[in-house]
Amino acid sequence: MTEMLSGGEMLIRALQDEGVDVVFGYPGGAALHIYDAMFRQQKVEHMLVRHEQAATHMADGYARATGRAGVVLVTSGPGATNAITGIATAYMDSIPMVVISGQVQSSLIGTDAFQETDMVGVSRPVVKHSFIVRRAEEIPEIVKKAFYIANTGRPGPVVIDVPKDTVDPADAFPYSYPETVRMRSYTPSQRGHSGQIRKAVTALLVAKRPVIYAGGGVIQGEASEQLTQIARRLNFPVTNTLMGLGAFPAPDRQFLGMLGMHGTYEANMAMHNADCIFALGARFDDRVTNNPEKFSPDATIVHLDVDPASISKIIAADVPIVSPVGPALDMMIETLDKELEKAPEVLDAAAHSQWWTRIDEWRAEGGLDHHMALDSVRRIRPQQVIQSLYAVTGGEAFVTSDVGQHQMFAAQYYHFNKPRRWINSGGLGTMGFGLPSAMGVQVAHRDAVVACVTGEGSFMMNMQEMSTCKQYGLPIKVINLNNSALGMVKQWQDMQYGGRHSSSTYADSLPDFVALAESFGHVGIRISEPSDLPDAMQEVFSAANRNRLVFLDVVVDPNEHVYPMAIKGGAMNDMILSRTDDAKRIGEEEGAR
Amino acid sequence: MRRILAVLLENEPGALSRIIGLFAQRNYNISSLTVAPTEDNTLSRLTMTTEGDDQKIEQITKQLNKLIEVVKVVDLTDTDHVEREIMLIKVRAEGVAREEVKRTADVFRGQIIDVTANAYTVQVTGPKAKLDAFIRAIGKTTVLEVVRSGATGLSRGDKILTV
Repeated sequence: MTEMLSGGEMLIRALQDEGVDVVFGYPGGAALHIYDAMFRQQKVEHMLVRHEQAATHMADGYARATGRAGVVLVTSGPGATNAITGIATAYMDSIPMVVISGQVQSSLIGTDAFQETDMVGVSRPVVKHSFIVRRAEEIPEIVKKAFYIANTGRPGPVVIDVPKDTVDPADAFPYSYPETVRMRSYTPSQRGHSGQIRKAVTALLVAKRPVIYAGGGVIQGEASEQLTQIARRLNFPVTNTLMGLGAFPAPDRQFLGMLGMHGTYEANMAMHNADCIFALGARFDDRVTNNPEKFSPDATIVHLDVDPASISKIIAADVPIVSPVGPALDMMIETLDKELEKAPEVLDAAAHSQWWTRIDEWRAEGGLDHHMALDSVRRIRPQQVIQSLYAVTGGEAFVTSDVGQHQMFAAQYYHFNKPRRWINSGGLGTMGFGLPSAMGVQVAHRDAVVACVTGEGSFMMNMQEMSTCKQYGLPIKVINLNNSALGMVKQWQDMQYGGRHSSSTYADSLPDFVALAESFGHVGIRISEPSDLPDAMQEVFSAANRNRLVFLDVVVDPNEHVYPMAIKGGAMNDMILSRTDDAKRIGEEEGAR
Repeated sequence: MRRILAVLLENEPGALSRIIGLFAQRNYNISSLTVAPTEDNTLSRLTMTTEGDDQKIEQITKQLNKLIEVVKVVDLTDTDHVEREIMLIKVRAEGVAREEVKRTADVFRGQIIDVTANAYTVQVTGPKAKLDAFIRAIGKTTVLEVVRSGATGLSRGDKILTV
């Protein structure tokens, strides 16, 4: 006999049937029927945050660390609008997420009822899709479709708006969860076109100065292994985008580091001088290409992406392949092996060896540690903190970050060698992302070491979540690069606005972070001497602190800038490599006037 | 360049708002838009005219296709097609103008569908250019009110747009 369930019970049961183990959320009037149904079962755990934005970032961190859609439950009105920043963050980085929002009862929709917001309308530009439940009977199918849409194709967030009357405990309906879902209007690509695959392989085989440019799609598509395989097979250099770090093992000789605005000299030089760029799971973001008109003038572009709209959007592709990255790479490797077996000499070894020589010269000339050695060290440099974090955690931690200078330092100096270990808001650049996303990662991997690299500006945007950490025993290690300023804003003001620090400093009004962490029941440590750094970092990750949240407040050199930095409007090879370099540039500009 | 796109979409509440939203969000231009359910009540067909070069239209088409409720998108401009628009135009028709409007309407194969002592309402159908020409042709008469449906169209011959 079919079970009779209320709308609220169906919703929760559907989550169980979808294999959801945890939901992040915050209750409120319109969501109370759902929360009651949640209370009366044990399979799905609910974690109560302190602000709905944090719930979405937790779900996001959970999804990035596991590949499974994160689930959020919020109430109508302010609950829903507070979730928007987190939904937009997930949307920009193509993260699978399902957000269930309570809504006022159907009869009140459109009347400006208490806590009413048109959630479907407000969220529309930042979701992959959204549903509003019109009848309780639709709930199982809507949930099934929501997860299907969130997880497949180019993943993204899906909103389900649930009017209160559709989850009324007084009504009961026969429940069954659909096993499959078919939508005539949504058929994401499963595999690449074999003709295109052959063309792509040919383009790679004849390349003399190739670069593989791999983005977040490789991580989302679980294709790191295939990427590594094809790169090794061809001995091609690999660069990762900010979102792609970890897709290719960073310590590998073939790895050039991150590319783009704060990418390495060698990565950007290689991109600019390449004759063939194999872009996969990447979208030629403006933070990568700099001026698209000056982008890599000689390169044949092979572009593999699951989203056809990402191909030829910014940079025209010579060989487009629409496919999930993994299956297409499998096909490419197979074709490649056959070709190489037939005629191994087709690869121009001499040209490649010349190309690697040039790359190694760039490495020697402008490598990341190059300019750091030049200055004397009296204060702790933020880069050193990341190096110390890398050393102490053996490169094995999950690292989340907020947004700003510390994010770039973490991306540059923590050498990720596995996918899903580096978790940051790349597309939207959401300050306040670091702590809650770290919490989501920790929920997904209870025994893992999870570090949140942050700055005091970002941290203060969601620091209330230290209370949530206490409630659920989440032993995050927060590494706060405290420069008493909005560092990246200040850097731009230094470099482009004559050093006028408009609203980017607040040194006199910062809290005592040690006391703050302690007041939430956590451990706080503060250091400012370079010599204290190694011991303090050891202490953060010591056995004694294993089950504690530790907040390490590191007072760093407030004048440090992130280098290299792309020169605005230039090509990818137009970079400022160091402060000395920058001073020279400013001098030349002034001289020219 | 002016383009005519034909879109099949699920006949569901909110589907149209996603299309409009997409255009606003991505800074695309909508010159005209017309939409109604098809013979299959679960589907709506929408015709829109927009402006853009090949690259822009390619992006518009791809972005439209990404919308979950969009089933199919076709750029009619690329193919041999029939385009029609309907215009209802109310003009002052007094004295000499009364006969002149009637004659012009006949030339354009328009129909006078409403008459008062001082005004005619004329219905004209055809491609955009013809409707524009009609307005120019009766230029000397006072135009009181114009409503146009926006272009609608389909491919010529055996080619059909279907699920």
